[in-house]
Amino acid sequence: MIKVDNLVKTFGPKRAVDGISFTVERGEVLGFLGPNGAGKSTTMRMVTGFIPPTAGRISVGGHDVVDQPIAAKRLIGYLPENAPAYADMTVLGFLSFAAEMRGLTGEARRKAVNRVVEMCFLESVVHQSVDTLSKGYRHRTCFAQSIIHDPPVLILDEPTDGLDPNQKHEVRTLIRRMGEKKAIVFSTHILEEVDAACTRAIIIDRGKIVANGTPEQLRSRSEQAGAVALRVAGIPAADVTAKLRELPTVRKSQVLAEAAGFATVRAYPNPDGRNGALQESLFELAVRQNWKLAELRTEEGRMDEVFRSITLPDTMPAANKTEESK
Amino acid sequence: MSNGETQVAQASGERGEHSMAFHNIKTIAKREISGYFASPVAYVFIVIFLLLTGFFTFMVGRFFDRGEASLAAFFLWHPWLYLFLVPSVGMRLWSEERRLGTIELLLTMPVSPWQAIVGKFLASWAFLALALVLTFPLVFTVNYLGDPDFGVILCGYIGSLFMAGAYLAVTCMTSALTRNQVVSFIISVVLCLFLILAGWPPVLEMLIKWADPGLVDTVAAFSVVTHFDSVQLGVLDSRDLIYFLSIMVFSLFTTGVIIRGHRAG
Ligand SMILES: Nc1ncnc2c1ncn2[C@@H]1O[C@H](COP(=O)(O)OP(=O)(O)OP(=O)(O)O)[C@@H](O)[C@H]1O
Ligand SMILES: [Mg+2]
Repeated sequence: MIKVDNLVKTFGPKRAVDGISFTVERGEVLGFLGPNGAGKSTTMRMVTGFIPPTAGRISVGGHDVVDQPIAAKRLIGYLPENAPAYADMTVLGFLSFAAEMRGLTGEARRKAVNRVVEMCFLESVVHQSVDTLSKGYRHRTCFAQSIIHDPPVLILDEPTDGLDPNQKHEVRTLIRRMGEKKAIVFSTHILEEVDAACTRAIIIDRGKIVANGTPEQLRSRSEQAGAVALRVAGIPAADVTAKLRELPTVRKSQVLAEAAGFATVRAYPNPDGRNGALQESLFELAVRQNWKLAELRTEEGRMDEVFRSITLPDTMPAANKTEESK
Repeated sequence: MSNGETQVAQASGERGEHSMAFHNIKTIAKREISGYFASPVAYVFIVIFLLLTGFFTFMVGRFFDRGEASLAAFFLWHPWLYLFLVPSVGMRLWSEERRLGTIELLLTMPVSPWQAIVGKFLASWAFLALALVLTFPLVFTVNYLGDPDFGVILCGYIGSLFMAGAYLAVTCMTSALTRNQVVSFIISVVLCLFLILAGWPPVLEMLIKWADPGLVDTVAAFSVVTHFDSVQLGVLDSRDLIYFLSIMVFSLFTTGVIIRGHRAG
């Protein structure tokens, strides 16, 4: 449904988006991750036809966004960053306007408005003026606007920004459910949302794609993925790590904690130690050594760690500086 | 395909390109007008407009002392009256859209930018027309006092409406320049002031002292005053209307260029 090929956008000397390519098919939910200023919103603005690309091609449903903007825009529902809405209208008026702009009139319009009011839980504010809405409700109103014509393509820029935890959950569920029949792209800073709603995620940093895959694939890029943590009673942690290092399956071991007579140690696998071999060999070691094993667990990769390790170089020095100055 | 999708597909398939454009312009204009009346600003504006026209016509223009059954004293002041009133109506057109960020919504809907520009312009123009129509008691007054030439009066109203449209288009253009309404107001007042002064008799008299008459005529030809004067005297020359129309077309076209420029970054 969405095909983006080598997209570039420069603002003056700055390359905000620098050669991004991806495709999204019907039934896919693509998550956009990346630090502030990475170029997520700029990419979405180009896909929705709001700003023209400096170079590259975008097609939505087979229509080139630059050459056939109206046909492409008809297929897209868009929630811009910060959820703008006309301040001088009521929620009902605003949604009716959006429906009419999408070619829905009369009974069809009324039905469409009722449907999204219900889906986005806006019943209590339909007659309220948009500029008196709380941030979360304004966000939901703008979200409702984006799905009013039941578009096959949805572009959502931080759809859960400013929502309370219940609403965040509702919106994620909604995205996942709608994603079965639509092509959806959404950006977020909340990494759990990638697991909760995406079939695939892209991490963008400084205008380039630095990672692309299913949530599992991304998580497995974490250093911790496949590492095994073990907790042993009554033995100094240093002794444990010494023994661990002798195993052929262990690349590296690390003391996580030593308290109340328990030593917690993490072992990272060698290529030999992948796919459960590490855990097995650790268990055998513990039996041989007669260790009192309190816990033995293979760790999954963590999205935040992957995110940090991929996009770190820029942010790390800054973070250190602020700590020093304290 | 889900239900909504088929509906949209049908809706756009049934209508031709032109009726789709008409539908979009109408929807945008309707929203804009309802925006005016959603706040007290519209009513305040109309009251101020009527009070000021009354003040200029009766006090400054000495309507009763003229002893003629015409609205000349009323129309005489319109170029000056509009100088401040029209920019105050039009200044929000695009600057507000940019300030709120709704321009991003509007221009990612299936409309072309010119449809949005025309829709918004027509809405404000219709609003100005409404204010103008509400001066109708004056027509009854002159009719009661004497035997006016209704042809001349109609000409005056048409000319006045076109002049308002020209000012409004200029304001539309300046409002696209900035997200600050006040700045947009000031720039449009200055631009409209140029349009007046270029043909204002005191300025022309001054110019004639040191420029050749041909040049002075050319300058005067760019002024709204020159064109409005002949129209309000009852001479509905197509050249005058074309003058106003070309200001509108030029300004609205420039508005489109400015908006495209913003998006290109
Ligand atoms: N209109 C513009 N003019 C100049 N620079 C711009 C413009 N719009 C965006 N940029 C720059 O482009 C870069 C990418 O911005 P963008 O808004 O796409 O980031 P983002 O990934 O959405 O970040 P965030 O997570 O903060 O929303 C930023 O450095 C920004 O300053
Ligand atoms: Mg952003």
